[in-house]
Amino acid sequence: MEVAECYQCGKCTAGCPMARWMDLAPNQVMRLVQVGDEAAADELLRCGAIWACAGCLTCTQRCPKELDPAAVMDALREMAYERGTVPAGRKRILAFHKAFLAVVERTGRMQEVPLTALYKLASGDLVSDLSLAPRMLARGKLPLIPRRIRGRREVKRLFAACRKVGRGGGEGRR
Amino acid sequence: MKAIGYYPGCSLHGGGRELDMSLRAVAAVAGVELREMDDWNCCGATAAHVLNHDLAVALPYRVLALAEAQGMAEVLAPCAACFSRLKGTAVRLARSADLAARMRGITGLEYRGPVAVKNVVEFTNRLLADGLAGRLTSPLTGLKVAAYYGCLLSRGEDIVEGEDAENPSGMTAAIRAAGAEPVEWNYATECCGGGFSLSMTEAVVDLSEAILADARAAGADAIVTGCPMCHSNLDMRQLSIQARGRGPYAMPVVYLTELVGLAAGLAPKGLGLDRHFIDALGLAERT
Repeated sequence: MEVAECYQCGKCTAGCPMARWMDLAPNQVMRLVQVGDEAAADELLRCGAIWACAGCLTCTQRCPKELDPAAVMDALREMAYERGTVPAGRKRILAFHKAFLAVVERTGRMQEVPLTALYKLASGDLVSDLSLAPRMLARGKLPLIPRRIRGRREVKRLFAACRKVGRGGGEGRR
Repeated sequence: MKAIGYYPGCSLHGGGRELDMSLRAVAAVAGVELREMDDWNCCGATAAHVLNHDLAVALPYRVLALAEAQGMAEVLAPCAACFSRLKGTAVRLARSADLAARMRGITGLEYRGPVAVKNVVEFTNRLLADGLAGRLTSPLTGLKVAAYYGCLLSRGEDIVEGEDAENPSGMTAAIRAAGAEPVEWNYATECCGGGFSLSMTEAVVDLSEAILADARAAGADAIVTGCPMCHSNLDMRQLSIQARGRGPYAMPVVYLTELVGLAAGLAPKGLGLDRHFIDALGLAERT
């Protein structure tokens, strides 16, 4: 993908369902990637916008230059995560993703109860939605017994290998 | 089709269990066996592709490698997010020998491919074409529904095949076969906020409310979806919308397979219709 080809038509931003929660609009993110100097990189990796991207792919679907802004968001988030530049207002989102992966790394699957518990502890958001828990339980939507897979050692190794390989090549990106 | 490999995904054992229940019930009516993969792992969903691009491919890679080792040429992934991750990975592996080699190194597993990954809309349409349509003897005559595709059953180049991303129609045949009528509306492919239900609840509440409001304005009696995340946002989060003094919409949100199951005359509870937050059992009386 040649981000240089973006001609700032703004279609990505026009269709973005999350744009109103972003401090930089998607087309501004693309522009800053084009600029590419240290100040631009700093602004990108400290912005909240990349964390508010829902990955809905509307921008990628509609880009007249067939660029992939959603993949740009992914790449920037990963860099911001590695550099520890996630803004305070978006730390909850990171906490959720980390809790999700921590549960998968340990058990091989996502499990609602430990995921919610880990997320709430990490984010400090202890009280919201508590009233939903008994209603989910009553509907059989909150399994209490974790389903651990037999291959969880294999999954753990896979996580370790992905951490080790780190940022080489970039071909693993969407 | 006598049998198909089945990757339920994590949600279908918890929050999205009505999709699992109704899918199994409808497949049984059609005489198709869902062969659940042994020892499957999470696809990584949104979290993996946000934080580690290798992990986002390695987790689905293990699933594809297991499917192949277990003799499954075709795997049904009913959750829209799982479908997008698994199929997206299969497509990219087929294109890049380098990526395949890298994943072999990371996982220590062999995947030659291809394993075909199917979503719930494709699978339902195939069942209908293979004879299920003739068994839908309890039509939902007069029921107006808004077919909601959301993001991952409409977008993703080379992932969602045979659909117009801006104007998908894959659910139309199934809805009509069930005797219901799809309404014209504007939010069929708008995002509900996806995985931000806990971490950015206000966004999910706003986006989901816009979808509910448009469905109501279009005269829909219910919204039909194929994604457990969309379902949770549109169904359970209706309570959060109400708690903020907005709505109420009282809009039932059902899976496509629940709708088809009702039309097949199956008991609503067996399909999971009693497990929704917004009452959907009333729909059963429309047959």
